[in-house]
Amino acid sequence: MAREGEDAGMAKAPKRKRQKKRKPKENKTRTVHANVLHDCAKGDENPNRHYANNEIKTTKYTVLSFLPKNLFEQFHRFANVYFVFIALLNFVPVVNTFQPELALTPVIFILSVTAIKDLWEDYRRHRSDKEINHMDCLVYSRGEKRYVEKYWKEVRVGDFIRLRCNEILPADVLLLSSSDPDRLCHIETATLDGETNLKQRQVVRSFFDLDCEFDPLKYNSIIECEKPNNDLNRFRGYIIHRSGRRDALYKENLLLRGCTIRNTEEAVGIVIYAGHETKAMLNNNGPRYKRSKLERQMNVDVFWCVIILLVMCLFAAAGHGLWMFQYGDKRPVFDVLSPEGTDLSPIMSAIYLFLTMIIVLQVLIPISLFVSIEIVKICQVYFIHQDMDLYDEETDSHLQCRALNITEDLGQMQYIFSDKTGTLTDNKMVFRRCTVAGVEYSHDANAKRLAMYQEMDSEEEDCMSHGGTLPRRDSVTSHQSARVVLRSHSTKSHRRTGSRAEAKRASILSKHTAFSSPMEKDITPDPQLLDKVNECSSQMDFMRFHSQPMSQLPSDLSDIIDFFIALTVCNTVVVSSPNQPRHKVRMRFELKSPVKTIEDFIKRFTPSRLTSGSNSSSSSSLNRSSNKGCSSLLSSPSAESTLTKLNEETPPGGLEPGFSAAPPCYDGRPSWSPEDGELRYEAESPDEAALVYAARAYKCSLVGRLPDHVTVELPHLGRLSFELLHTLGFDSTRKRMSVVVRHPLTDQITVYTKGADSVIMELIKPLDTGNSKGRRQKKIVCRTQNYLNLYAADGLRTLCIAKKVMSKEEYACWLQRHLEAETAIQGREELLFQSALRLETNLHLLGATGIEDRLQDGVPETIASLRRAGLQIWVLTGDKQETAVNIAYACKLLEPDEEILTLNADSHEACALLLEESLHYIQAKFFCSSGDQSATADFPPFEIYPPASPSSSSSHAAHFLVHRLGLVIDGRTLAYALDKSLEDKFLAVARSCRSVLCCRSTPLQKSMVVKLVRNKLRVMTLAIGDGANDVSMIQVADVGVGISGQEGMQAVMASDFALPRFRYLQKLLLVHGHWCYSRLANMILYFFYKNAMFVALIFWYQFYCGFSGSAMIDQWYLIFFNLMFSAFPQLITGTLDKDVSAETLQQLPHLYVNGQNSEEYKPYMFWMNMIDSFYQSLVCFFIPYFAYADSDVDLFTWGTPITTIALFTILLHLGIETKTWTWINWLSIAFSVALFFSVALLYNASCPTCYSPSNPYWTMQRLLQDPLFYLLCTITPVAALLPRYFYRACQSTLFPNPVQVGRQLDKLPADTRRNILSLGRLKTGSPLSPAPPFLPLAKLSPAKDPRGTPRAPVSQTDEEHGGGGPAAPARSRERLSNVYSSVSTETDTLPYTKDAPPLTDWEAPGQSPPGWTASTPLAARADGVQLSLPPVGAPQCVKYRRSPQEGLVSEHGVHPPAHRTAPAAEQSLYTAL
Amino acid sequence: MMASSYNAKEEDGHHSGSATHGGPGVAKSKKPDNTAFKQQRLPAWQPILTAGTVLPAFFVIGLIFIPIGIGLYVTSNNIKEFEIDYTGLDIDSPCYSCAKNFSWNSTAPCVCTVNFTLEQPFESNVYMYYGLSNFYQNHRRYVKSRDDSQLNGDLSALKSPSKECEPYRTSEGQSIAPCGAIANSLFNDTLELYHIESNGTKNQVVLAKKGIAWWTDKHVKFRNPGGNSNLTAAFQGTAKPVNWRKPVYELDQSDPENNGFINEDFIVWMRTAALPTFRKLYRIIHKKPNTTPTLPSGRYALDITYNYPVLSFDGRKRMILSTISWMGGKNPFLGIAYITVGSICFFLGVVLLIIHHKYDTRSNSADIPN
Repeated sequence: MAREGEDAGMAKAPKRKRQKKRKPKENKTRTVHANVLHDCAKGDENPNRHYANNEIKTTKYTVLSFLPKNLFEQFHRFANVYFVFIALLNFVPVVNTFQPELALTPVIFILSVTAIKDLWEDYRRHRSDKEINHMDCLVYSRGEKRYVEKYWKEVRVGDFIRLRCNEILPADVLLLSSSDPDRLCHIETATLDGETNLKQRQVVRSFFDLDCEFDPLKYNSIIECEKPNNDLNRFRGYIIHRSGRRDALYKENLLLRGCTIRNTEEAVGIVIYAGHETKAMLNNNGPRYKRSKLERQMNVDVFWCVIILLVMCLFAAAGHGLWMFQYGDKRPVFDVLSPEGTDLSPIMSAIYLFLTMIIVLQVLIPISLFVSIEIVKICQVYFIHQDMDLYDEETDSHLQCRALNITEDLGQMQYIFSDKTGTLTDNKMVFRRCTVAGVEYSHDANAKRLAMYQEMDSEEEDCMSHGGTLPRRDSVTSHQSARVVLRSHSTKSHRRTGSRAEAKRASILSKHTAFSSPMEKDITPDPQLLDKVNECSSQMDFMRFHSQPMSQLPSDLSDIIDFFIALTVCNTVVVSSPNQPRHKVRMRFELKSPVKTIEDFIKRFTPSRLTSGSNSSSSSSLNRSSNKGCSSLLSSPSAESTLTKLNEETPPGGLEPGFSAAPPCYDGRPSWSPEDGELRYEAESPDEAALVYAARAYKCSLVGRLPDHVTVELPHLGRLSFELLHTLGFDSTRKRMSVVVRHPLTDQITVYTKGADSVIMELIKPLDTGNSKGRRQKKIVCRTQNYLNLYAADGLRTLCIAKKVMSKEEYACWLQRHLEAETAIQGREELLFQSALRLETNLHLLGATGIEDRLQDGVPETIASLRRAGLQIWVLTGDKQETAVNIAYACKLLEPDEEILTLNADSHEACALLLEESLHYIQAKFFCSSGDQSATADFPPFEIYPPASPSSSSSHAAHFLVHRLGLVIDGRTLAYALDKSLEDKFLAVARSCRSVLCCRSTPLQKSMVVKLVRNKLRVMTLAIGDGANDVSMIQVADVGVGISGQEGMQAVMASDFALPRFRYLQKLLLVHGHWCYSRLANMILYFFYKNAMFVALIFWYQFYCGFSGSAMIDQWYLIFFNLMFSAFPQLITGTLDKDVSAETLQQLPHLYVNGQNSEEYKPYMFWMNMIDSFYQSLVCFFIPYFAYADSDVDLFTWGTPITTIALFTILLHLGIETKTWTWINWLSIAFSVALFFSVALLYNASCPTCYSPSNPYWTMQRLLQDPLFYLLCTITPVAALLPRYFYRACQSTLFPNPVQVGRQLDKLPADTRRNILSLGRLKTGSPLSPAPPFLPLAKLSPAKDPRGTPRAPVSQTDEEHGGGGPAAPARSRERLSNVYSSVSTETDTLPYTKDAPPLTDWEAPGQSPPGWTASTPLAARADGVQLSLPPVGAPQCVKYRRSPQEGLVSEHGVHPPAHRTAPAAEQSLYTAL
Repeated sequence: MMASSYNAKEEDGHHSGSATHGGPGVAKSKKPDNTAFKQQRLPAWQPILTAGTVLPAFFVIGLIFIPIGIGLYVTSNNIKEFEIDYTGLDIDSPCYSCAKNFSWNSTAPCVCTVNFTLEQPFESNVYMYYGLSNFYQNHRRYVKSRDDSQLNGDLSALKSPSKECEPYRTSEGQSIAPCGAIANSLFNDTLELYHIESNGTKNQVVLAKKGIAWWTDKHVKFRNPGGNSNLTAAFQGTAKPVNWRKPVYELDQSDPENNGFINEDFIVWMRTAALPTFRKLYRIIHKKPNTTPTLPSGRYALDITYNYPVLSFDGRKRMILSTISWMGGKNPFLGIAYITVGSICFFLGVVLLIIHHKYDTRSNSADIPN
């Protein structure tokens, strides 16, 4: 916005008064005139000249501004300023130590490396800008009176642009004309939001009726619209015609830059926003910058380094002052006067020396550390990218690291906040059950078919051929088929579970169709329901032909047909035909625009009323309806009759050209009519697609959707065209969507609403229990509610379908206000919202659906393993509580033997009370034996793991540990609990629970929860989600992970890491997180050590040079030591070192605790490293000192061996810390040593007179002939590293930490290791309990033996897979298939059954110590406690009970109706439909 | 050294199957390459530092270091060294009076004679050093105070020396040659050694003054301006350093190869010492061709022309006679250090052995049941 004013201000054109007057107005809106009206697009006269043109420039720098601007940016970094300051200090003669130019080199080096990187990036941006700016598009030229090709950058606001199919939009364009007879234009917005479904855009209404081709020369309207902003989903404005008429403009009229035109031959529009003012460009924010925990910790230690540096400098300064003072007035010959020949007082010298020492010891602040960390992180990101295990074959996508600088945070996570839908589940919705008019249809066959899918993997070839026959877009066909063949080829090498094969098929499909997997499509209808549908429609057919009013239909039958009509109509699904991909299937019978104005409405609806009055309206409408019925009906046996009818109905002239413009679609109709099945539905949400496919299974299929019409094919009735009057889209506040249609059969204005059951149920028309119909209705509502609860208990997503018939008067009344709302510019959203609320009242309940959202592959295993890794997992979902709880059981977030606290409160007080009770309950249950009641009054700061308190390692050590408790809280209660006054209590309860499930939470609540946990508990949080509703949560968390799944790219755009599947989180965290963390932590510690050790050498020397700031190490070595000689090995180690192998890390997830507790880099470790570095430097200093004491050695001949020794010591130190030696490590160390010697030799031979003051000519050469040099180089590193080496050996022998045990496991032969690991899984509890750090493996043997036999078969199968990769995936696959097979044989219709949780299947027989998974590191309880916990908790007021027969019974589990009396708005709950 | 094994993962090639299926269609797939490097599965040596794996290293180090240490110690002990302090602090010492009335510019040299006795004869070449204590030749400003170009015979530097030489850069309008504080403080005592035979006659010991500087210094780094011909002319227009009694071209008038900047005493002095207590090679007493020791045992007299004041900074002056071995002068430290470190290693090895036997049973994979 500021830009606008700026541009206007910068325009040098003579300002006229008129313009000035208009200026304030311009600040609010933008006025766009057509350029063709003016002679020259750039002339003074053009009112659009102040707007940005379409040339984009994303580069940061120009040739001139690069240097100053880049430097300015780099100096924002404190470290750079510091180093430049020091380098400049060197130019002051009194304090300088190095040659000033030389001192500048490291800083310049660092700055230039960064600058070159920036320059390169900028150049790439420049190139891509240039490419984009020089793309072609057709712009109308006034002179030539036709469209001419122009570059994108020449497009200006006000230009008319002609766009052809598959072209990319160069700017934000207002759609004025489209070749589409419906005046539509389809765009694909994948580049903007990643959504692949087509979106419809409409021609501006005033140009809608334009029959002939749009002629720019005739255009003379003025467009007023908003200033450029970055809201992709909003565009408001109006167009003022010459006649003075105003028409509102919506986002539906705007084509955004970057989108692709599809399905539309040609479209013409006027440019509204260009270049940088387009919404796409305004949405382009740069990459995210986060600072990791490790870096924060590092910065603290950098600060300590500064303090150490200052202390050293002060000490030296004081020493120098005293040294000077002792000579008094007798000035010794070696104390050189200042250049002016004046004497310096000791105090002045001390002050100068202080500055000198800062220069000399500057290396202590590691200049190269910052650069090195960045390099290492880039390498880490590279390796994460390259990991094959994180690559998803189905979608051909791998993990994306969007934030480059927080890789190590992945290794330190403590809390995971996960979305459910699309994250834990596939977001592939499968229609499972439905209730219509209070009768439940269980779709058993469907369940069986679903089960079949699980076993499909053996017949994958079959599927492949099936997939191969699927038509696809022409352009990609060849490529695709090649691929399919390959896939079928590759399936032999690795078998996956059925769902994988299914997903593979889905991926083939999803290339073309959003949200349609075969599972959604192939729905076996319930025979009972199918019969009813048939019966009903045949009756209707009969009635129609006998002109009986439809109202005579039995209400249950009419409900059924309405139910399916609602399923097909009440959505935003776009139909496309596969034969002509991305081409809309068109059914045009009536060319009538929807009611858009009151006049229109009056014109179309009032005649009957006016002529026949209110009492006769029904009959007249009936007449109409019969007429209509004929006209809109297509079921007649021959297509010709319809065509003739159509021709009759079509108004002559006008529309004919439009019609002929789209002949293929029209002519194509008969060809696809027999094969409906090939119609594709492109839905915005998978639920919609699932419902449409479900309806199609009952032969109620959606065959076409236009902005004003929905065409539906019904059995017997044939094609019916519903006039679509309004679509009130879904929003998360209302949690429902509605369509207003005119029913072709009854001619009634009908509202179909579909939405979350909680909201719909409240909107059901209050029933009069007096008459029988009302009673029946009430019964239906009751029953439906029961079934809904059942569905939810089965983990299905529930939706309620309702309808409402409006009288014309009601509708007119509503329409009036709705139109007002629509045309309002200010507050339009709010008004439309209110309008929708007014409409959606007094609904008539039709039925409910249950849609299954299947769990993703490997989710339970991933959750189990993450939990064993000590991660607390919270699931925040918008789903119903029951649904969420069931999914939670299915994915093993909740365990059957866990007690569950359910918090449902409808007031603040109730919430407080509940929390209080829960706290007491937890105390009573878990702390009673401790006798420490005071602890509960005010909870001490939370710690997941008691900080090394082996003394209290009894079962009571579990204070504030996480118990076998699950917490379920709903959105409303959460809102109370997140209140300031209750949040502490809520956290106290939540943190003692092993898993927390927040249902019905809004996006805002999600982020508030994350924020609360992050800030109050000071833990590292990770949020993972896939949809737009997770964005806020992802942004708040320390690490945001997006699932690049079904729901568009918003989550991915906001995330730091984007994963294709949830299960990859396991490897990302447990392996890469661990590695990144331990590598970086070790590298940082090593850096501190290295610099301190090197600098301390010089410091010790000060005692022998009168604290004069002299250095025995040549300034070249001093400056390049860090930069060159010792830089590479640590980078290599920092990039490649693996403390434990990936397999072991994944199988021993508790090794992750290492990172959570920051065990690689604790504050004391910094000091230990400092002490060690001081010790080592003392050794490295004093051994040469004594060896050369009282000899004729000169300063630099003595200093060079010290440098060499320091280099050796530092490299060997790195060697001790390196866990994995690859040839690269060897090479890097050899390279370092070789580099040092070759540089030293060259340098010492290069110039006899240069490099004052050291003038090291021939020093190294002489040293190499001196045996003493070799003797020193041998003994000193050994002596220096002896303590560390000894300590490491002792520590790993006497007190090995789990990581070291993991490393030892790695050494074992592969099969032995697998056996131990499988055993170790049962014993995972022990390693982290404080007292014995880890059970020595040898001690496992007695425990192992008895189980040896039962395990044998499992290990046998492991061996089969043994050739094939790591054991864990193999095993889990094995188990997975076990589960699936067991599920498929189960008579129950659900994959996760109520009474027999899948857990039992996962455990191979004979190895089920009750709840081994429970003995996670978190719950260090005695076995006795664990066993005493009944699976079904003791009755407690906040208890959630599970019993197989009743499903879910809980005091609060099912909402009593009283809860729902609260106004919907207040609840502000959110359910992702 | 450490129990270790090359852990080349046999699974390496395993997954490659699926990757190599790639035809032209899959070539565009984003699937990462299955290389050992990219998948971080490079064959690697993974040493684990435990008592069991590390203790051989300790024993080996101990076993190597102790003999080396003994050898070094013996070598060092075989070196004969004689040292005498002639600062003249004590009132008894012969140089007391010289030390008292020092002045950089006194024209009359103060000469004193110190007598000493060598108990043992010195075989082979004997090196004569002068040693200074508390002399901070490594002081930062002192070290810098020189102009290497000037010393290299650069004529322009001769006329206008580097700024680093301040405040010893010019004197009375003329540039100082050699400039700087180091040159200015050149050690200017003259030492002469006499062997007093049993009959009382003083035989002057022949002291070679060449060959005491580094060959590269003498021949590369230091050069007289305008070659070695007529130094007086070459140094025309320069001033002598303030503390010097004679200009640089009169340092050794007897030998033009040792005069001017390439005077070896000067060169040796210009190589600044690392530590405040240092010695510098002064002369070499070459081994006599016959079998008689270079310096037979007996009484000696050291004639000192006492010019160099050290009392102002509490310094000491010494004269050292020493033979040298392959490892330099007498210094038992390195031998002792080797022996000590070797012993410590050996001791730690024993400790680790105990630890290993008591606690470390895990590395024995036989314990792990299969």
